[in-house]
Amino acid sequence: MASLAARRAKDTTIKAVSIGFAVFAIFLLGWILWTLLARGLPALGLNVFTNITMPPGQHGGLLNAIVGSLIQVGIAMLIGGPIGIFCGTFLAENGKKTKLGAAARFVNDILLSAPSILVGLFIYSLLVVPFGGFSGWAGSVALAILVIPVVVRTTEDMLNLVPVGLREAAFALGAPQWKVVMFITWRAARAGIVTGVLLAIARAAGETAPLLFTSLGNNAWSVDLNKPMASLPIAIYQYAGSPFDDWVALAWAGALLITVGVLLLNVVSRLVLARMH
Amino acid sequence: MTSAVDPTFNLASSVAAKPDAPVAPVKLKVEGLQFYYGQNHALKNINFDIPEKRVTAMIGPSGCGKSTLLRVFNRMYDLYPGQRAEGQVLFDGVNIVGKELDSTVVRSRIGMVFQKPTPFPMSIYDNIAFGVRLHEKLNKAQMDERVEWCLRKAAIWDETKDRLNTSALGMSGGQQQRLCIARTIAVRPEVILLDEPTSALDPISTSKIEDLIDELKREFTIVIVTHNMQQAARCADITAFFYLGELIEVAPSDVIFTNPKEIKTRDYITGRFG
Repeated sequence: MASLAARRAKDTTIKAVSIGFAVFAIFLLGWILWTLLARGLPALGLNVFTNITMPPGQHGGLLNAIVGSLIQVGIAMLIGGPIGIFCGTFLAENGKKTKLGAAARFVNDILLSAPSILVGLFIYSLLVVPFGGFSGWAGSVALAILVIPVVVRTTEDMLNLVPVGLREAAFALGAPQWKVVMFITWRAARAGIVTGVLLAIARAAGETAPLLFTSLGNNAWSVDLNKPMASLPIAIYQYAGSPFDDWVALAWAGALLITVGVLLLNVVSRLVLARMH
Repeated sequence: MTSAVDPTFNLASSVAAKPDAPVAPVKLKVEGLQFYYGQNHALKNINFDIPEKRVTAMIGPSGCGKSTLLRVFNRMYDLYPGQRAEGQVLFDGVNIVGKELDSTVVRSRIGMVFQKPTPFPMSIYDNIAFGVRLHEKLNKAQMDERVEWCLRKAAIWDETKDRLNTSALGMSGGQQQRLCIARTIAVRPEVILLDEPTSALDPISTSKIEDLIDELKREFTIVIVTHNMQQAARCADITAFFYLGELIEVAPSDVIFTNPKEIKTRDYITGRFG
């Protein structure tokens, strides 16, 4: 057995190494945020929100990309949110020990970690090729597919936290199952379910890969879901690699917008969860 | 009500022999009841009668089947595949084991209060309105009246009348349990099942609930599962002793606790096992 001094030394070393790496990780994150603020803030003028993307030197903005992102993420949530919540509810309330439940849970876990570019290619072959072109719809559906597994997982986890006694108490009053679920278990777990939805929005808002082959991006103003549609991640992707200084600056501004948005969503979801407990 | 002499009504007539207990008809008649958790045979051929508007206590060591029987009475076992009951429980003559009656109908007429208080995450008012709305369409005034009625019955009106719209989760454990009783009464059941309703409560809350039980038996048939033998002796007109899934003895409480017929009953109430 090692001496007490040797054990203390080991303890101190491991502690120092862990603290060192923790500081390093925070430093990296801080560096990214700092660069983002340093490059993005100066570029974040009013024109970003009022003008659409324009050729270099014409003082363009990101309005079409912002609106396109809002529309596509919004539709993705309208499609993926309910599917995810109902699927998660099935898994927690009915599908615990059934074969269908086990299969759905397994597939969901795979989807949760599937590369998002794969989802883009899948929708490309399913919606873009057969319908003759890139479209906002295709982008929305691709994002919806990314949203579903996140919502399913959080919904199931949060419903599993609701005590069995609460469900039994509602059943004991003579409530049918759908009312127990809608008025008691959903209600008891609502903060957690909302958190899952917010996290899913954050995930969808930052995705580029699934949009590359689906909504493509669009430098003109368009809110037509049957046509290619602009989005922030795609605009950043296009502009960041361009040789024009004002485009690169706009890319930084866009990146800052997405980061702040996602950060806000995460903070709000944490606050909601904290209020629940 | 039942002046006709029926040999199976022994228990009821033995209660009737007590001066404060006029003839009590049978409310729940358990006949040849078997219960299984998968392969586990948890209740073995149970036969006994639960008289109307009396308090019947079920006692016995953990795992003896008393809570299982209580959960048969309002079909809680329906929620869990793998649990099944055979035989019959006649509720006013209608078998509630099996599919003749819908479980939601059975549960609206045979209510249940659980060991741990289970307030719903909503206001005190809505806790009560939830159950009522399942079975009746009341306007606002009628609902207000019903809420007050059942809170008064559960002896908690004075503590709640000024905070009906605040969350029920903010109440103390004892208050929550009386709210749960009020919520059960609000549906106007005929039978109220209480599953160790005071085991999570302090002595003062416990005595309030016991007083309440005394009050409620004027209108409701009450079946209580308890680990506390003093509680059974204090509250119950009839006590049934269960052991290892069998009904060992059932008799008026004063008889069970002073002069039991069975040795197992005597051993249990004198604390030799359990």
